[in-house]
Amino acid sequence: MEFNITPVMIVSALAYLVLGPVVGCLIAGIDRKITARMQGRFGPPILQPFYDVRKLLEKEPVTVNNGQDFFVMAMLIFMIITGCLFFIGENLLLVIFTLTTAAIFLVLAAYSSNSPYSQLGAERELLQMMAYEPAVLLIAVGLYMVKGSFNVSDIISGGPIAVLPLLGIFISYIFVLTMKLRKSPFDLSMSHHPHQELVKGVTTEISGRSLAAIEVSHWYENVFLLGFIFLFFANGSILWGVIGIVAILLLYFLEILIDNGYARVKWQLAFKWCWKITLICSGVNVIVLYFLKMYNLV
Amino acid sequence: MAYVTKSPWVIHYDGSSCNGCDIEVLACLTPMYDVERFGIINTGNPKHADVFLVTGSVNEQNIPVIKQIYEQMPEPKVVVAVGICATSGGVFKDCYNTMGGIDTVIPVDVYVPGCAARPEAIIDGVVKGLGVLGEKKAGNYKAAVVQADEEEVEVQSFGETTDDTAVATDKEEV
Ligand code: SF4
Repeated sequence: MEFNITPVMIVSALAYLVLGPVVGCLIAGIDRKITARMQGRFGPPILQPFYDVRKLLEKEPVTVNNGQDFFVMAMLIFMIITGCLFFIGENLLLVIFTLTTAAIFLVLAAYSSNSPYSQLGAERELLQMMAYEPAVLLIAVGLYMVKGSFNVSDIISGGPIAVLPLLGIFISYIFVLTMKLRKSPFDLSMSHHPHQELVKGVTTEISGRSLAAIEVSHWYENVFLLGFIFLFFANGSILWGVIGIVAILLLYFLEILIDNGYARVKWQLAFKWCWKITLICSGVNVIVLYFLKMYNLV
Repeated sequence: MAYVTKSPWVIHYDGSSCNGCDIEVLACLTPMYDVERFGIINTGNPKHADVFLVTGSVNEQNIPVIKQIYEQMPEPKVVVAVGICATSGGVFKDCYNTMGGIDTVIPVDVYVPGCAARPEAIIDGVVKGLGVLGEKKAGNYKAAVVQADEEEVEVQSFGETTDDTAVATDKEEV
């Protein structure tokens, strides 16, 4: 894989660095507003996530150990690297593995304290990763089979529209998205509606600046995850670009709807559902695609 | 401007309340009152909380719990005593196991009277607490800590609610 840094790449990386958290923050604010409206409430201001993070930065720093801050910062940095690699059009496999590294650092941050809640959260986070990682790899395989390249820049700039031949894989991505966005029923490891059996899961022992860093890295992550949807629709034309963005908005609305419509499931159930649905959908998809390719039908 | 006043996260602890006040605290989260429009979130986690809502009076067994929650909350923080039990001990004041109001253990910034305190009063109390939070952030931070220490000494003389209340009220004016 050659790595030529072009001005476009630098601009995209900088744009993601600066606009990523802005867009992520607005998405989180709109999410909370829509959620409130769905529940018949008025809801917080759109900028509430920003106020929350600013507040956390103002709070007295309290850390349980030095390692924790380091792991949280590493998570933020790897999350930013993931997004940058994605938005400059680098290799999809590289992007996926950096994303996993970021997630692992969060688990380490949670494991570094002795609180039973964060330990439990960390365990569940690992189980969740085990549940969705195979599906994520199959998504990359599927995109490669249709587009003939793992490079994001090639995937978005040409070739057939991936969503039709990859319908099964697209469905499994929606499933993975629900887990990665930490939406109910899969908000097992870090409940965003606190005051429950696991308090705040992996973030229970993390407060102040570090918690703010986790929030910001979620903004980055959400922008990246939503940007990923675009890969299924892009073929270089403006029309499909617009369709892709509409699809992103619709899917996010669907995620909010799912979030509000389901209670949290146990990890066993989440694990089983995830493997069954994602592996059947994407596995069958990949096999069918393989045969279609063999007879030159795609 | 202190952002802490725009995003107060609350931890709610039930001392020895009859649950009347607790139900009213939870009622604040319902669509009818919807405190989330002020950015208020009910966290179950002292490390994330800015406002400590206590209902019910203090008894022998929950003194360490209340102290621990209070100590785990990062500064700046405020304590809101909800209901007359949390304010002074209320009808339970003379019970053999009751210490009195929350201010016999930790410094209280805002008292919300009522039995049970109405959701409107609780929201009003939290909003008053935000004013105190803003002041603490603005520079009375040190003063608040010092007074908390003084209070810790006075904890030894349980039951003298009137004295402790005076200290806490002074602090509110700081
Ligand atoms: S103030 Fe009244 S309602 Fe509240 S805990 Fe005390 S007795 Fe119960």
